[in-house]
Amino acid sequence: MPEKTKPEKSQPENLKSNNTKQTFEPNSRMNTRDPYVSVPNTGAPNTPVKAPEQRSQTKGQPVPFRGGGFAPVSRPWMGFVVFFILIAFLEAGTRIGFISALTMPKPSDVFNTFVELYNSGLLWTHLVPSFTRFVIGAAIGSLMGVSLGIAIGLFSYVRAGLVPLIAALFPVPKIALLPLFVIWFGIDEASKYALIAFGTFTPMVVATYGAVDNVDRGLIRMGQSFNLSWFSIVRKIVLPGAMAGILSGLRIGLAIAIILLVAAEMLGAEYGIGAYILQAGSLYDLERLFTGVAILSILGVLVNSAIGLIEKRVLRWRGV
Amino acid sequence: MDIKLAGIHHTYGDREVLRDINLDIASGQIVCIVGPSGCGKSTLLRLLGGLERPTLGDILQVGNTPEGCLNPLTYVFQDFALLPWRTVAGNISLVLEDHGIGQAESQEIINDVLARCKLSDFADVFPKQISGGMKQRVAIARALAVNPAVMLMDEPLSALDSQTRELLMDDIVSLWTRQPFTAVYVTHNLAEAVRLGHRIVVLSRRPGEIREIVNIDKPLSERRHADPDLEQQQNALWQMMRDEAMAADAELINA
Ligand SMILES: Nc1ncnc2c1ncn2[C@@H]1O[C@H](COP(=O)(O)OP(=O)(O)OP(=O)(O)O)[C@@H](O)[C@H]1O
Ligand SMILES: [Mg+2]
Repeated sequence: MPEKTKPEKSQPENLKSNNTKQTFEPNSRMNTRDPYVSVPNTGAPNTPVKAPEQRSQTKGQPVPFRGGGFAPVSRPWMGFVVFFILIAFLEAGTRIGFISALTMPKPSDVFNTFVELYNSGLLWTHLVPSFTRFVIGAAIGSLMGVSLGIAIGLFSYVRAGLVPLIAALFPVPKIALLPLFVIWFGIDEASKYALIAFGTFTPMVVATYGAVDNVDRGLIRMGQSFNLSWFSIVRKIVLPGAMAGILSGLRIGLAIAIILLVAAEMLGAEYGIGAYILQAGSLYDLERLFTGVAILSILGVLVNSAIGLIEKRVLRWRGV
Repeated sequence: MDIKLAGIHHTYGDREVLRDINLDIASGQIVCIVGPSGCGKSTLLRLLGGLERPTLGDILQVGNTPEGCLNPLTYVFQDFALLPWRTVAGNISLVLEDHGIGQAESQEIINDVLARCKLSDFADVFPKQISGGMKQRVAIARALAVNPAVMLMDEPLSALDSQTRELLMDDIVSLWTRQPFTAVYVTHNLAEAVRLGHRIVVLSRRPGEIREIVNIDKPLSERRHADPDLEQQQNALWQMMRDEAMAADAELINA
Protein backbone atom coordinates (compact mmCIF):
# COMPACT_ATOMS: atom_id res chain seq x y z
CA MET A 1 0.00 0.00 0.00
CA PRO A 2 2.66 2.56 0.82
CA GLU A 3 4.21 1.83 -2.54
CA LYS A 4 1.02 2.73 -4.28
CA THR A 5 0.64 6.12 -2.66
CA LYS A 6 4.09 7.25 -3.69
CA PRO A 7 3.56 7.54 -7.42
CA GLU A 8 0.23 9.21 -6.84
CA LYS A 9 1.91 11.91 -4.82
CA SER A 10 4.71 12.43 -7.25
CA GLN A 11 2.44 12.78 -10.24
CA PRO A 12 0.89 16.09 -9.30
CA GLU A 13 4.35 17.37 -8.47
CA ASN A 14 5.49 16.54 -11.97
CA LEU A 15 2.53 18.29 -13.41
CA LYS A 16 3.24 21.36 -11.33
CA SER A 17 6.82 21.57 -12.51
CA ASN A 18 5.61 21.31 -16.07
CA ASN A 19 3.27 24.19 -15.53
CA THR A 20 5.93 26.42 -14.07
CA LYS A 21 8.20 25.67 -16.97
CA GLN A 22 5.60 26.83 -19.42
CA THR A 23 5.26 30.21 -17.74
CA PHE A 24 9.03 30.69 -17.96
CA GLU A 25 9.00 30.46 -21.72
CA PRO A 26 10.46 33.57 -23.36
CA ASN A 27 7.86 36.28 -23.76
CA SER A 28 8.77 37.20 -27.28
CA ARG A 29 7.95 33.77 -28.48
CA MET A 30 4.64 33.84 -26.72
CA ASN A 31 3.85 37.15 -28.37
CA THR A 32 4.38 36.05 -31.90
CA ARG A 33 2.31 32.98 -31.31
CA ASP A 34 -0.56 34.42 -29.37
CA PRO A 35 -2.65 36.87 -31.39
CA TYR A 36 -4.17 38.47 -28.29
CA VAL A 37 -0.81 39.29 -26.74
CA SER A 38 0.65 40.54 -30.00
CA VAL A 39 -2.02 43.18 -30.50
CA PRO A 40 -0.82 45.74 -27.94
CA ASN A 41 2.85 45.29 -28.91
CA THR A 42 2.87 45.63 -32.66
CA GLY A 43 -0.47 47.07 -33.48
CA ALA A 44 -3.08 45.32 -35.55
CA PRO A 45 -2.61 47.14 -38.93
CA ASN A 46 1.13 46.39 -38.97
CA THR A 47 0.95 42.69 -38.71
CA PRO A 48 -0.09 41.80 -42.27
CA VAL A 49 2.68 44.03 -43.66
CA LYS A 50 5.31 42.59 -41.37
CA ALA A 51 4.65 38.99 -42.14
CA PRO A 52 6.12 38.94 -45.70
CA GLU A 53 9.09 41.06 -44.57
CA GLN A 54 9.92 38.54 -41.91
CA ARG A 55 9.69 35.78 -44.45
CA SER A 56 12.21 37.42 -46.80
CA GLN A 57 14.58 38.29 -43.95
CA THR A 58 14.79 34.81 -42.47
CA LYS A 59 16.45 32.78 -45.18
CA GLY A 60 15.26 29.21 -45.52
CA GLN A 61 17.44 26.85 -43.57
CA PRO A 62 18.00 23.35 -44.93
CA VAL A 63 16.43 20.65 -42.80
CA PRO A 64 19.31 19.12 -40.82
CA PHE A 65 20.28 15.60 -41.89
CA ARG A 66 19.98 13.16 -39.03
CA GLY A 67 19.81 9.81 -40.78
CA GLY A 68 23.54 9.05 -41.10
CA GLY A 69 25.51 6.16 -39.64
CA PHE A 70 24.40 2.80 -38.27
CA ALA A 71 24.48 1.17 -41.70
CA PRO A 72 27.54 -0.81 -42.77
CA VAL A 73 29.16 0.84 -45.79
CA SER A 74 31.94 -0.86 -47.74
CA ARG A 75 35.31 0.89 -47.21
CA PRO A 76 37.79 -1.68 -48.45
CA TRP A 77 40.95 0.47 -48.17
CA MET A 78 40.44 1.29 -44.50
CA GLY A 79 41.81 -2.04 -43.28
CA PHE A 80 45.04 -1.52 -45.22
CA VAL A 81 45.41 2.01 -43.89
CA VAL A 82 45.20 0.78 -40.28
CA PHE A 83 47.74 -2.00 -40.92
CA PHE A 84 50.04 0.41 -42.71
CA ILE A 85 49.92 3.06 -39.96
CA LEU A 86 50.52 0.45 -37.26
CA ILE A 87 53.52 -1.06 -39.07
CA ALA A 88 54.94 2.33 -39.98
CA PHE A 89 54.65 3.41 -36.34
CA LEU A 90 56.49 0.30 -35.12
CA GLU A 91 59.19 0.68 -37.77
CA ALA A 92 59.74 4.33 -36.90
CA GLY A 93 59.70 3.60 -33.20
CA THR A 94 62.25 0.82 -33.34
CA ARG A 95 64.51 2.81 -35.71
CA ILE A 96 64.41 6.03 -33.71
CA GLY A 97 64.69 4.09 -30.51
CA PHE A 98 61.68 5.07 -28.44
CA ILE A 99 60.65 1.43 -28.74
CA SER A 100 63.43 -0.77 -27.37
CA ALA A 101 64.71 -3.56 -29.61
CA LEU A 102 64.23 -5.92 -26.66
CA THR A 103 60.49 -5.39 -26.59
CA MET A 104 59.65 -5.28 -30.27
CA PRO A 105 61.47 -6.39 -33.42
CA LYS A 106 61.73 -4.08 -36.38
CA PRO A 107 58.97 -4.88 -38.88
CA SER A 108 61.56 -4.74 -41.69
CA ASP A 109 63.65 -7.39 -39.89
CA VAL A 110 60.55 -9.54 -39.50
CA PHE A 111 59.97 -9.18 -43.20
CA ASN A 112 63.55 -10.14 -43.96
CA THR A 113 63.23 -13.19 -41.74
CA PHE A 114 60.13 -14.14 -43.67
CA VAL A 115 61.96 -13.80 -46.98
CA GLU A 116 64.81 -15.93 -45.64
CA LEU A 117 62.34 -18.52 -44.50
CA TYR A 118 60.81 -18.52 -47.93
CA ASN A 119 64.15 -18.76 -49.73
CA SER A 120 65.35 -21.61 -47.55
CA GLY A 121 62.25 -23.56 -48.52
CA LEU A 122 61.42 -24.08 -44.87
CA LEU A 123 58.29 -21.97 -45.21
CA TRP A 124 56.51 -24.75 -47.06
CA THR A 125 57.91 -27.37 -44.74
CA HIS A 126 56.10 -25.64 -41.91
CA LEU A 127 53.10 -24.34 -43.77
CA VAL A 128 51.97 -27.49 -45.57
CA PRO A 129 51.50 -29.70 -42.49
CA SER A 130 49.84 -26.83 -40.63
CA PHE A 131 47.47 -26.14 -43.47
CA THR A 132 46.59 -29.82 -43.85
CA ARG A 133 45.82 -30.10 -40.15
CA PHE A 134 43.72 -26.97 -40.27
CA VAL A 135 41.71 -28.02 -43.31
CA ILE A 136 41.07 -31.61 -42.20
CA GLY A 137 40.34 -30.75 -38.58
CA ALA A 138 38.11 -27.79 -39.36
CA ALA A 139 36.25 -29.68 -42.08
CA ILE A 140 35.46 -32.62 -39.79
CA GLY A 141 34.49 -30.31 -36.94
CA SER A 142 32.26 -28.01 -38.92
CA LEU A 143 30.55 -30.80 -40.87
CA MET A 144 29.74 -32.64 -37.66
CA GLY A 145 28.79 -29.40 -35.93
CA VAL A 146 26.41 -28.31 -38.70
CA SER A 147 24.80 -31.77 -38.87
CA LEU A 148 24.27 -31.98 -35.13
CA GLY A 149 23.09 -28.36 -35.02
CA ILE A 150 20.46 -29.13 -37.65
CA ALA A 151 19.39 -32.25 -35.76
CA ILE A 152 19.04 -30.20 -32.57
CA GLY A 153 17.08 -27.56 -34.45
CA LEU A 154 14.68 -30.11 -35.94
CA PHE A 155 14.13 -32.77 -33.29
CA SER A 156 12.96 -31.81 -29.86
CA TYR A 157 14.32 -34.98 -28.26
CA VAL A 158 17.78 -34.36 -29.64
CA ARG A 159 17.54 -30.77 -28.48
CA ALA A 160 16.42 -31.68 -24.98
CA GLY A 161 19.12 -34.32 -24.69
CA LEU A 162 22.09 -32.58 -26.24
CA VAL A 163 21.82 -28.86 -25.61
CA PRO A 164 22.89 -29.23 -21.96
CA LEU A 165 25.77 -31.45 -23.05
CA ILE A 166 26.94 -28.89 -25.58
CA ALA A 167 26.65 -26.16 -22.98
CA ALA A 168 28.84 -28.27 -20.72
CA LEU A 169 31.43 -28.90 -23.44
CA PHE A 170 31.63 -25.40 -24.87
CA PRO A 171 33.56 -23.72 -22.03
CA VAL A 172 36.03 -26.60 -21.60
CA PRO A 173 39.43 -25.37 -22.85
CA LYS A 174 40.07 -27.89 -25.58
CA ILE A 175 43.85 -27.57 -25.19
CA ALA A 176 43.51 -29.13 -21.76
CA LEU A 177 42.14 -32.23 -23.44
CA LEU A 178 45.11 -32.75 -25.77
CA PRO A 179 46.74 -35.41 -23.51
CA LEU A 180 43.45 -37.27 -23.54
CA PHE A 181 43.31 -37.08 -27.34
CA VAL A 182 46.89 -38.33 -27.50
CA ILE A 183 45.85 -41.39 -25.49
CA TRP A 184 42.79 -41.92 -27.66
CA PHE A 185 44.15 -41.14 -31.12
CA GLY A 186 47.92 -41.55 -30.74
CA ILE A 187 50.70 -38.99 -30.79
CA ASP A 188 50.49 -38.47 -34.56
CA GLU A 189 48.27 -36.36 -36.74
CA ALA A 190 44.97 -37.93 -35.66
CA SER A 191 45.03 -36.37 -32.21
CA LYS A 192 45.69 -32.95 -33.73
CA TYR A 193 42.81 -33.37 -36.16
CA ALA A 194 40.61 -34.40 -33.25
CA LEU A 195 41.57 -31.38 -31.18
CA ILE A 196 40.95 -28.92 -34.01
CA ALA A 197 37.72 -30.67 -34.99
CA PHE A 198 36.45 -30.60 -31.44
CA GLY A 199 37.24 -26.92 -31.11
CA THR A 200 35.37 -26.07 -34.30
CA PHE A 201 32.52 -28.41 -33.49
CA THR A 202 31.00 -26.72 -30.44
CA PRO A 203 30.61 -23.17 -31.82
CA MET A 204 29.27 -24.62 -35.08
CA VAL A 205 26.60 -26.59 -33.21
CA VAL A 206 25.48 -23.56 -31.27
CA ALA A 207 25.48 -21.26 -34.33
CA THR A 208 23.64 -23.82 -36.46
CA TYR A 209 20.81 -24.64 -34.14
CA GLY A 210 20.34 -20.97 -33.41
CA ALA A 211 20.14 -20.32 -37.14
CA VAL A 212 17.69 -23.18 -37.67
CA ASP A 213 15.51 -21.83 -34.87
CA ASN A 214 15.38 -18.53 -36.69
CA VAL A 215 14.16 -19.94 -39.98
CA ASP A 216 10.75 -18.51 -40.74
CA ARG A 217 8.19 -21.07 -39.50
CA GLY A 218 5.74 -19.75 -42.06
CA LEU A 219 8.03 -20.97 -44.85
CA ILE A 220 8.25 -24.43 -43.30
CA ARG A 221 4.50 -24.56 -42.94
CA MET A 222 4.22 -23.53 -46.59
CA GLY A 223 6.48 -26.44 -47.52
CA GLN A 224 4.34 -28.83 -45.51
CA SER A 225 1.16 -27.47 -47.05
CA PHE A 226 2.53 -28.27 -50.49
CA ASN A 227 3.34 -31.81 -49.38
CA LEU A 228 7.09 -31.40 -49.84
CA SER A 229 8.98 -34.35 -48.42
CA TRP A 230 10.69 -33.94 -45.08
CA PHE A 231 14.06 -34.11 -46.76
CA SER A 232 13.09 -31.46 -49.30
CA ILE A 233 11.93 -29.13 -46.57
CA VAL A 234 15.26 -29.49 -44.79
CA ARG A 235 17.34 -29.12 -47.92
CA LYS A 236 15.39 -26.39 -49.70
CA ILE A 237 13.90 -24.36 -46.87
CA VAL A 238 15.67 -24.98 -43.56
CA LEU A 239 19.26 -25.09 -44.80
CA PRO A 240 19.17 -22.02 -47.06
CA GLY A 241 17.26 -20.14 -44.39
CA ALA A 242 19.89 -21.00 -41.80
CA MET A 243 22.86 -20.39 -44.11
CA ALA A 244 23.57 -16.83 -42.99
CA GLY A 245 23.78 -17.90 -39.35
CA ILE A 246 25.86 -20.97 -40.18
CA LEU A 247 28.39 -18.89 -42.12
CA SER A 248 28.79 -16.35 -39.35
CA GLY A 249 29.30 -19.27 -36.96
CA LEU A 250 31.93 -20.58 -39.34
CA ARG A 251 33.91 -17.36 -38.94
CA ILE A 252 34.19 -18.01 -35.22
CA GLY A 253 34.73 -21.74 -35.64
CA LEU A 254 37.63 -21.31 -38.05
CA ALA A 255 39.33 -18.69 -35.91
CA ILE A 256 39.18 -21.12 -33.00
CA ALA A 257 40.55 -23.81 -35.31
CA ILE A 258 43.64 -21.68 -36.03
CA ILE A 259 44.19 -21.11 -32.32
CA LEU A 260 43.95 -24.81 -31.59
CA LEU A 261 46.15 -25.67 -34.57
CA VAL A 262 48.98 -23.68 -33.05
CA ALA A 263 48.32 -25.07 -29.59
CA ALA A 264 48.41 -28.63 -30.87
CA GLU A 265 51.64 -28.00 -32.78
CA MET A 266 53.28 -26.39 -29.78
CA LEU A 267 52.60 -29.45 -27.71
CA GLY A 268 54.14 -31.88 -30.09
CA ALA A 269 55.08 -31.45 -33.71
CA GLU A 270 58.31 -31.30 -35.56
CA TYR A 271 57.05 -29.06 -38.33
CA GLY A 272 54.23 -26.55 -38.40
CA ILE A 273 53.74 -22.86 -37.68
CA GLY A 274 53.12 -23.64 -34.03
CA ALA A 275 56.36 -25.58 -33.71
CA TYR A 276 58.20 -22.77 -35.49
CA ILE A 277 56.82 -20.18 -33.08
CA LEU A 278 57.62 -22.35 -30.08
CA GLN A 279 61.24 -22.78 -31.20
CA ALA A 280 61.63 -19.07 -31.79
CA GLY A 281 60.06 -18.28 -28.45
CA SER A 282 62.32 -20.56 -26.48
CA LEU A 283 65.33 -18.86 -28.08
CA TYR A 284 63.86 -15.37 -27.56
CA ASP A 285 64.19 -14.86 -31.28
CA LEU A 286 61.59 -12.12 -31.62
CA GLU A 287 61.99 -11.74 -35.40
CA ARG A 288 61.10 -15.35 -36.03
CA LEU A 289 58.40 -15.31 -33.39
CA PHE A 290 56.74 -12.38 -35.12
CA THR A 291 57.21 -13.95 -38.52
CA GLY A 292 55.23 -16.94 -37.27
CA VAL A 293 52.58 -14.72 -35.75
CA ALA A 294 52.31 -12.72 -38.98
CA ILE A 295 51.80 -15.93 -40.95
CA LEU A 296 48.96 -16.87 -38.60
CA SER A 297 47.40 -13.45 -38.94
CA ILE A 298 47.58 -13.68 -42.71
CA LEU A 299 45.97 -17.11 -42.52
CA GLY A 300 43.21 -15.61 -40.39
CA VAL A 301 42.62 -12.76 -42.82
CA LEU A 302 42.58 -15.16 -45.79
CA VAL A 303 40.09 -17.49 -44.10
CA ASN A 304 37.90 -14.55 -43.22
CA SER A 305 37.85 -13.17 -46.73
CA ALA A 306 37.21 -16.65 -48.12
CA ILE A 307 34.09 -16.83 -45.96
CA GLY A 308 33.20 -13.35 -47.13
CA LEU A 309 33.36 -14.54 -50.74
CA ILE A 310 31.24 -17.59 -49.96
CA GLU A 311 28.69 -15.36 -48.24
CA LYS A 312 28.57 -13.10 -51.25
CA ARG A 313 27.84 -16.03 -53.53
CA VAL A 314 25.51 -18.05 -51.34
CA LEU A 315 23.62 -15.10 -49.90
CA ARG A 316 23.42 -13.19 -53.15
CA TRP A 317 19.62 -13.09 -52.82
CA ARG A 318 19.91 -10.84 -49.78
CA GLY A 319 21.73 -8.13 -51.66
CA VAL A 320 19.59 -7.84 -54.77
CA MET B 1 -13.93 -32.59 -55.34
CA ASP B 2 -16.20 -31.32 -52.57
CA ILE B 3 -15.34 -30.85 -48.94
CA LYS B 4 -17.75 -31.69 -46.18
CA LEU B 5 -17.37 -30.38 -42.67
CA ALA B 6 -19.47 -32.28 -40.15
CA GLY B 7 -19.85 -31.17 -36.55
CA ILE B 8 -16.49 -29.48 -36.19
CA HIS B 9 -15.53 -28.36 -32.71
CA HIS B 10 -12.13 -27.02 -31.89
CA THR B 11 -10.54 -25.94 -28.66
CA TYR B 12 -7.09 -24.68 -27.70
CA GLY B 13 -6.67 -25.68 -24.08
CA ASP B 14 -9.69 -24.20 -22.30
CA ARG B 15 -10.46 -21.81 -25.11
CA GLU B 16 -13.27 -22.92 -27.36
CA VAL B 17 -12.57 -21.54 -30.80
CA LEU B 18 -15.01 -23.24 -33.15
CA ARG B 19 -18.38 -24.74 -32.32
CA ASP B 20 -20.51 -27.07 -34.38
CA ILE B 21 -19.48 -26.08 -37.88
CA ASN B 22 -21.35 -27.92 -40.62
CA LEU B 23 -20.56 -26.81 -44.11
CA ASP B 24 -20.36 -28.17 -47.63
CA ILE B 25 -17.90 -26.66 -50.01
CA ALA B 26 -19.04 -27.41 -53.53
CA SER B 27 -16.50 -27.68 -56.27
CA GLY B 28 -16.14 -24.76 -58.64
CA GLN B 29 -17.31 -22.25 -56.07
CA ILE B 30 -15.59 -19.61 -54.02
CA VAL B 31 -16.78 -19.72 -50.42
CA CYS B 32 -15.91 -16.64 -48.43
CA ILE B 33 -15.64 -16.84 -44.67
CA VAL B 34 -16.10 -13.62 -42.76
CA GLY B 35 -16.36 -12.99 -39.06
CA PRO B 36 -15.04 -10.77 -36.29
CA SER B 37 -11.37 -11.03 -35.50
CA GLY B 38 -10.33 -13.92 -33.32
CA CYS B 39 -13.43 -15.94 -34.18
CA GLY B 40 -11.45 -18.83 -35.58
CA LYS B 41 -11.38 -18.22 -39.33
CA SER B 42 -7.71 -18.98 -39.72
CA THR B 43 -8.11 -21.97 -37.44
CA LEU B 44 -10.92 -23.29 -39.60
CA LEU B 45 -8.74 -22.93 -42.67
CA ARG B 46 -5.85 -24.79 -41.01
CA LEU B 47 -8.25 -27.58 -40.13
CA LEU B 48 -9.53 -27.68 -43.72
CA GLY B 49 -6.07 -28.12 -45.15
CA GLY B 50 -4.93 -30.68 -42.63
CA LEU B 51 -2.35 -28.49 -40.93
CA GLU B 52 -4.20 -29.11 -37.66
CA ARG B 53 -6.68 -31.72 -36.47
CA PRO B 54 -10.11 -30.72 -35.17
CA THR B 55 -10.89 -31.60 -31.56
CA LEU B 56 -14.19 -33.10 -32.65
CA GLY B 57 -15.91 -33.75 -35.95
CA ASP B 58 -14.92 -34.86 -39.42
CA ILE B 59 -13.58 -33.15 -42.47
CA LEU B 60 -14.20 -35.23 -45.56
CA GLN B 61 -13.06 -35.02 -49.14
CA VAL B 62 -15.90 -36.15 -51.36
CA GLY B 63 -15.28 -37.22 -54.92
CA ASN B 64 -12.16 -37.48 -56.99
CA THR B 65 -9.42 -34.95 -57.29
CA PRO B 66 -9.11 -33.38 -60.74
CA GLU B 67 -6.68 -34.91 -63.18
CA GLY B 68 -3.09 -33.73 -62.86
CA CYS B 69 -3.70 -32.50 -59.35
CA LEU B 70 -0.46 -32.57 -57.37
CA ASN B 71 -1.67 -31.15 -54.10
CA PRO B 72 -5.44 -31.22 -53.57
CA LEU B 73 -5.58 -28.73 -50.69
CA THR B 74 -3.36 -25.77 -51.44
CA TYR B 75 -2.87 -22.61 -49.42
CA VAL B 76 -2.32 -19.03 -50.41
CA PHE B 77 -0.93 -17.28 -47.37
CA GLN B 78 -1.47 -13.75 -46.18
CA ASP B 79 2.29 -13.13 -45.95
CA PHE B 80 2.97 -14.75 -49.37
CA ALA B 81 5.45 -17.31 -47.92
CA LEU B 82 7.86 -17.07 -50.85
CA LEU B 83 11.40 -18.34 -50.46
CA PRO B 84 13.55 -15.20 -50.68
CA TRP B 85 16.53 -17.17 -52.01
CA ARG B 86 14.67 -18.46 -55.04
CA THR B 87 13.56 -16.52 -58.07
CA VAL B 88 9.92 -16.25 -59.01
CA ALA B 89 10.24 -19.25 -61.33
CA GLY B 90 12.27 -21.08 -58.69
CA ASN B 91 9.55 -20.59 -56.12
CA ILE B 92 7.05 -22.18 -58.43
CA SER B 93 9.35 -25.01 -59.42
CA LEU B 94 9.82 -25.75 -55.70
CA VAL B 95 6.34 -27.21 -55.45
CA LEU B 96 6.77 -29.28 -58.61
CA GLU B 97 10.13 -30.80 -57.75
CA ASP B 98 8.92 -33.56 -55.42
CA HIS B 99 6.52 -35.04 -57.95
CA GLY B 100 8.86 -36.56 -60.48
CA ILE B 101 7.81 -34.20 -63.23
CA GLY B 102 10.24 -33.91 -66.11
CA GLN B 103 12.21 -30.75 -66.72
CA ALA B 104 10.33 -29.82 -69.86
CA GLU B 105 6.89 -30.42 -68.45
CA SER B 106 7.67 -28.52 -65.30
CA GLN B 107 8.94 -25.59 -67.34
CA GLU B 108 5.74 -25.69 -69.34
CA ILE B 109 3.61 -25.55 -66.18
CA ILE B 110 5.69 -22.68 -64.84
CA ASN B 111 5.36 -20.70 -68.06
CA ASP B 112 1.64 -21.36 -68.13
CA VAL B 113 0.91 -20.18 -64.59
CA LEU B 114 3.24 -17.21 -64.94
CA ALA B 115 1.36 -16.15 -68.04
CA ARG B 116 -2.00 -16.64 -66.36
CA CYS B 117 -0.92 -14.43 -63.45
CA LYS B 118 0.68 -11.80 -65.74
CA LEU B 119 4.13 -12.57 -64.41
CA SER B 120 5.94 -13.73 -67.53
CA ASP B 121 8.37 -10.81 -67.37
CA PHE B 122 9.28 -11.52 -63.77
CA ALA B 123 10.39 -15.15 -63.98
CA ASP B 124 14.01 -14.51 -63.07
CA VAL B 125 13.76 -11.86 -60.38
CA PHE B 126 13.89 -12.44 -56.66
CA PRO B 127 10.84 -11.81 -54.45
CA LYS B 128 12.66 -8.93 -52.79
CA GLN B 129 12.68 -7.06 -56.09
CA ILE B 130 8.93 -7.02 -56.69
CA SER B 131 5.98 -5.29 -55.07
CA GLY B 132 3.57 -6.86 -52.61
CA GLY B 133 0.91 -7.28 -55.27
CA MET B 134 3.36 -9.08 -57.52
CA LYS B 135 4.45 -11.29 -54.65
CA GLN B 136 0.90 -12.38 -54.00
CA ARG B 137 0.48 -13.03 -57.73
CA VAL B 138 3.51 -15.30 -57.49
CA ALA B 139 1.95 -17.10 -54.54
CA ILE B 140 -1.27 -17.55 -56.49
CA ALA B 141 0.67 -18.77 -59.51
CA ARG B 142 2.46 -21.25 -57.28
CA ALA B 143 -0.86 -22.49 -55.95
CA LEU B 144 -2.25 -22.84 -59.47
CA ALA B 145 0.85 -24.77 -60.57
CA VAL B 146 -0.12 -27.81 -58.50
CA ASN B 147 -3.60 -27.70 -59.99
CA PRO B 148 -5.37 -27.82 -56.63
CA ALA B 149 -8.81 -29.25 -55.98
CA VAL B 150 -9.42 -26.56 -53.39
CA MET B 151 -7.50 -23.34 -52.77
CA LEU B 152 -7.41 -22.23 -49.18
CA MET B 153 -6.80 -18.50 -49.01
CA ASP B 154 -6.29 -16.78 -45.66
CA GLU B 155 -6.70 -13.03 -46.13
CA PRO B 156 -4.58 -13.16 -49.27
CA LEU B 157 -5.04 -9.48 -50.07
CA SER B 158 -4.97 -7.91 -46.63
CA ALA B 159 -1.26 -7.15 -46.74
CA LEU B 160 -1.78 -5.05 -49.88
CA ASP B 161 -2.88 -1.48 -50.40
CA SER B 162 -6.41 -0.91 -51.60
CA GLN B 163 -5.56 -0.11 -55.23
CA THR B 164 -3.46 -3.23 -55.58
CA ARG B 165 -6.23 -5.16 -53.90
CA GLU B 166 -8.70 -4.00 -56.55
CA LEU B 167 -6.33 -5.09 -59.31
CA LEU B 168 -5.76 -8.47 -57.75
CA MET B 169 -9.47 -9.02 -57.21
CA ASP B 170 -9.99 -8.40 -60.93
CA ASP B 171 -7.21 -10.89 -61.62
CA ILE B 172 -8.74 -13.52 -59.37
CA VAL B 173 -12.10 -13.01 -61.03
CA SER B 174 -10.62 -13.39 -64.51
CA LEU B 175 -8.64 -16.45 -63.44
CA TRP B 176 -11.82 -18.00 -62.12
CA THR B 177 -13.89 -17.09 -65.17
CA ARG B 178 -11.39 -18.68 -67.51
CA GLN B 179 -11.06 -21.81 -65.45
CA PRO B 180 -13.32 -22.12 -62.40
CA PHE B 181 -11.55 -23.32 -59.27
CA THR B 182 -12.77 -24.15 -55.80
CA ALA B 183 -11.67 -21.86 -53.04
CA VAL B 184 -12.25 -21.10 -49.42
CA TYR B 185 -11.45 -17.46 -48.99
CA VAL B 186 -11.08 -16.02 -45.51
CA THR B 187 -11.29 -12.26 -45.28
CA HIS B 188 -11.97 -9.33 -43.00
CA ASN B 189 -13.02 -7.24 -45.88
CA LEU B 190 -16.70 -7.45 -46.78
CA ALA B 191 -16.12 -5.76 -50.12
CA GLU B 192 -13.81 -8.63 -51.06
CA ALA B 193 -16.36 -11.13 -49.84
CA VAL B 194 -19.23 -9.78 -51.95
CA ARG B 195 -16.94 -9.38 -54.93
CA LEU B 196 -15.46 -12.87 -54.95
CA GLY B 197 -17.82 -15.11 -53.02
CA HIS B 198 -20.48 -17.33 -54.47
CA ARG B 199 -21.40 -18.07 -50.90
CA ILE B 200 -20.51 -16.04 -47.85
CA VAL B 201 -20.35 -17.77 -44.52
CA VAL B 202 -20.73 -15.42 -41.58
CA LEU B 203 -19.24 -16.64 -38.33
CA SER B 204 -20.20 -15.35 -34.90
CA ARG B 205 -17.59 -14.14 -32.47
CA ARG B 206 -15.56 -16.71 -30.61
CA PRO B 207 -16.48 -19.50 -30.24
CA GLY B 208 -17.13 -19.29 -33.98
CA GLU B 209 -20.48 -20.66 -35.06
CA ILE B 210 -22.10 -20.26 -38.45
CA ARG B 211 -24.55 -17.39 -38.10
CA GLU B 212 -25.66 -17.12 -41.65
CA ILE B 213 -24.82 -18.30 -45.13
CA VAL B 214 -25.50 -15.79 -47.87
CA ASN B 215 -25.59 -16.80 -51.51
CA ILE B 216 -24.79 -14.21 -54.12
CA ASP B 217 -26.17 -15.22 -57.47
CA LYS B 218 -24.72 -12.55 -59.69
CA PRO B 219 -21.95 -14.11 -61.82
CA LEU B 220 -18.45 -13.10 -60.79
CA SER B 221 -17.64 -11.56 -64.15
CA GLU B 222 -20.56 -9.14 -63.87
CA ARG B 223 -19.59 -7.84 -60.46
CA ARG B 224 -17.91 -4.45 -60.56
CA HIS B 225 -16.24 -2.16 -58.12
CA ALA B 226 -18.93 -0.04 -56.37
CA ASP B 227 -21.75 -2.11 -57.81
CA PRO B 228 -25.00 -0.95 -56.09
CA ASP B 229 -26.33 -4.51 -55.69
CA LEU B 230 -23.13 -5.61 -54.07
CA GLU B 231 -23.00 -2.56 -51.84
CA GLN B 232 -26.44 -3.42 -50.63
CA GLN B 233 -25.36 -6.98 -49.86
CA GLN B 234 -22.27 -5.66 -48.18
CA ASN B 235 -24.35 -3.35 -46.00
CA ALA B 236 -26.66 -6.15 -45.03
CA LEU B 237 -23.64 -8.24 -44.05
CA TRP B 238 -22.21 -5.37 -42.07
CA GLN B 239 -25.46 -4.86 -40.17
CA MET B 240 -25.37 -8.55 -39.35
CA MET B 241 -21.77 -8.47 -38.17
CA ARG B 242 -21.63 -5.09 -36.52
CA ASP B 243 -22.77 -6.05 -33.04
CA GLU B 244 -20.66 -9.18 -33.08
CA ALA B 245 -17.63 -7.23 -34.15
CA MET B 246 -18.15 -4.65 -31.44
CA ALA B 247 -18.56 -7.34 -28.82
CA ALA B 248 -15.47 -9.18 -30.09
CA ASP B 249 -13.51 -5.95 -29.97
CA ALA B 250 -14.53 -5.26 -26.38
CA GLU B 251 -13.78 -8.85 -25.46
CA LEU B 252 -10.22 -8.57 -26.66
CA ILE B 253 -9.69 -5.45 -24.60
CA ASN B 254 -11.04 -7.09 -21.45
CA ALA B 255 -9.02 -10.26 -21.90
N1 LIG C 1 -2.01 -22.25 -31.93
C1 LIG C 1 -2.88 -21.67 -31.08
N2 LIG C 1 -2.83 -21.94 -29.76
C2 LIG C 1 -3.70 -21.36 -28.91
N3 LIG C 1 -4.65 -20.50 -29.26
C3 LIG C 1 -4.75 -20.19 -30.56
C4 LIG C 1 -3.87 -20.76 -31.54
N4 LIG C 1 -4.20 -20.27 -32.75
C5 LIG C 1 -5.24 -19.43 -32.53
N5 LIG C 1 -5.57 -19.39 -31.24
C6 LIG C 1 -6.67 -18.63 -30.66
O1 LIG C 1 -7.85 -19.05 -31.30
C7 LIG C 1 -8.68 -17.94 -31.58
C8 LIG C 1 -9.01 -17.90 -33.05
O2 LIG C 1 -7.82 -17.59 -33.77
P1 LIG C 1 -7.80 -17.44 -35.33
O3 LIG C 1 -6.43 -17.03 -35.71
O4 LIG C 1 -8.36 -18.63 -35.96
O5 LIG C 1 -8.80 -16.23 -35.51
P2 LIG C 1 -9.13 -15.42 -36.82
O6 LIG C 1 -10.59 -15.42 -36.98
O7 LIG C 1 -8.32 -15.88 -37.96
O8 LIG C 1 -8.67 -13.98 -36.37
P3 LIG C 1 -8.15 -12.80 -37.29
O9 LIG C 1 -9.36 -12.22 -37.91
O10 LIG C 1 -7.53 -11.88 -36.30
O11 LIG C 1 -7.19 -13.36 -38.27
C9 LIG C 1 -7.96 -16.72 -31.08
O12 LIG C 1 -8.52 -16.37 -29.84
C10 LIG C 1 -6.55 -17.17 -30.93
O13 LIG C 1 -5.96 -16.50 -29.86
MG1 LIG D 1 -6.67 -15.03 -39.14
